[in-house]
Amino acid sequence: MTRYLIKRLVGLVVVIFLVLTIAFIIVRLAPGDPAALMLGPDATTEDVAELRTRLGLDRPIYVQYLTFVANAAQGDLGDSLFFNAPVLEVLAARAEPTIFLALFSLIFALVIAAPIGIYAAYRHGSATDQGAISTAMLAASVPSFLTGLIFQRYLATELGWFPASGYGGPDASFLERMGHLILPSIVLGITNSALILRFTRASMLDILGEDYVRTARAKGMTERRVVLRHALKNAGIPIITVVGLTFALLVSGAVVTERVFNLPGLGNLVVNAVLRRDYPIIQGTLIVVAALYVLVNLLTDLLYLVVDKRVKL
Amino acid sequence: MTETILDVRDLRVAFGARRGEVTALRDVSFTLGRGRTLALVGESGSGKSVTSLSLMGLLPPNGRISGGQLLFTDRNGRTRDLSTLKQRDFRALRGPELSMIFQEPMSSLNPLFTIGDQIGEMLWLHVPMSDADRRKRVIEMLELVEIPAAASRVDQYPHELSGGMRQRVMIAMAIICEPRLLIADEPTTALDVTIQAQILDLMRRLQSDLGMSILFITHDMGVVAEMADDVAVMYAGAVVEEAPVDRIFDHTRHPYTQGLLASIPRPGRAHGERLVPIPGTVPPLTALPPGCAFAPRCPFSEPRCDKPVQLSRKAADHRAACILDTLPARPVPA
Repeated sequence: MTRYLIKRLVGLVVVIFLVLTIAFIIVRLAPGDPAALMLGPDATTEDVAELRTRLGLDRPIYVQYLTFVANAAQGDLGDSLFFNAPVLEVLAARAEPTIFLALFSLIFALVIAAPIGIYAAYRHGSATDQGAISTAMLAASVPSFLTGLIFQRYLATELGWFPASGYGGPDASFLERMGHLILPSIVLGITNSALILRFTRASMLDILGEDYVRTARAKGMTERRVVLRHALKNAGIPIITVVGLTFALLVSGAVVTERVFNLPGLGNLVVNAVLRRDYPIIQGTLIVVAALYVLVNLLTDLLYLVVDKRVKL
Repeated sequence: MTETILDVRDLRVAFGARRGEVTALRDVSFTLGRGRTLALVGESGSGKSVTSLSLMGLLPPNGRISGGQLLFTDRNGRTRDLSTLKQRDFRALRGPELSMIFQEPMSSLNPLFTIGDQIGEMLWLHVPMSDADRRKRVIEMLELVEIPAAASRVDQYPHELSGGMRQRVMIAMAIICEPRLLIADEPTTALDVTIQAQILDLMRRLQSDLGMSILFITHDMGVVAEMADDVAVMYAGAVVEEAPVDRIFDHTRHPYTQGLLASIPRPGRAHGERLVPIPGTVPPLTALPPGCAFAPRCPFSEPRCDKPVQLSRKAADHRAACILDTLPARPVPA
């Protein structure tokens, strides 16, 4: 177990190192001189040269790379060109809406999709089942910016049930801020519920045909107990897997939703950074999201241990 | 005459298929006396398992009982027709009255619960008692089915046990509520021969201790000789012969039973005597001949066999579905 954890943590470091390298290369692959690109067409040659020195672009490429990795290892991902502040500080300031948006939308998706998926599998082939599958298809097919705009228009603007956009301003309390996340969470949750629903249904369907489910019925228990105790626990592993993957995707997939609802999160930050050619921010986001992805995957694998005693690490 | 606890009369089971329905059981009838063992014998697809699942009310969703009666007498002497029982009432019978062990001990236990949990659940469902008492009872039960170190095994998971051990766990689970009728669907087929003998031995001992009846489903005539008091031979969804076990072996009245017996190796058989297979295969249920279903494979078939044939009395306790009153010796192919 300890061995396994150490192995996984080493893996985490390797992944982050690879992402660092890729991030470094991507910026260098951008055509032209980064300094000139960052400063725009009106910059003077002196300005460009000064920025090149500040960014270390005048040094040999391997020195640049080693400096970049060494700094990153110490938690220094450079300074944002636009904000003139350390990248990690800028990211930390924008993390809250993104993390809670991912969390809430995942909870929303699970609460909606898991019970429907279980019931659809139990009533396999029925009208309910067909209806659930079709609805899930629809939910997955409609792009979230469209759902977002529709909900914004009807639920927020016309009915006034939810704030339409933004994060409540600089003085908003935590609760107010979370209130601004409800509608975006539903929008993002709907898209992701489709995947969870299909996975839950498929794995329940498999499990309900197992011999031990028949054994459970032969013991004289209610169908409810057969499904919720004996079948659901076995269907749990595939469901945990997809939930873990979905959560990791949600963090990066929040870009569109944050844009539509104008939330000051990481998604919005990275889009703006691209438009402003704020390379350190792009690099930083890339690294943080990758690290988060690997961490969530590790947590998912550890959850298997809790559910299934056959899993040996 | 022993008290009858199970009287199956003209049971018909149909399965919904893409085109219409397929009749899997055609008027299956047999009776089972209290404390006795009835072996239900037949090849794969003869309807043995469908019969047992009908008795447990566990037919798959596309199957239904389309006729006949399943008269079961519970421990209070009340006789009920299982084919018309509501699910709620059926649930109360499963465990304390009717119980079943399955063919595959490897897959019949839930991999995510300890064996103690799974055996104890049967008690939890039907007998109110404290957690501590229940655990004690489960350990006693594991000892009864001869699982060594029961007190520590009780917290193990199925994957930590061998196939034979798992089948013992299944047996412990099935009999912990002391059912009147135990249905055993090929309980030893998936096991090694030596383990098989131990399990059969265990079942016989538990039967005499608890006084339960056993419906033993098998395709193995050797197991039949070992376990059964009475035998019902099934072919293509119908019972073709029913008699006490010694009569089945020594006064066979149906050519199919005769064929089954001729095709198995038995000690006492003369050295060099050949095993004789039954030619052909079981006809598909969708294409049964109009008369006797066995006629196309029967060495004695005649034009009369084209007409439907009923199970008829050949001796006091012996019934067979054949027009012949005495069976000639089976011809040996050259």
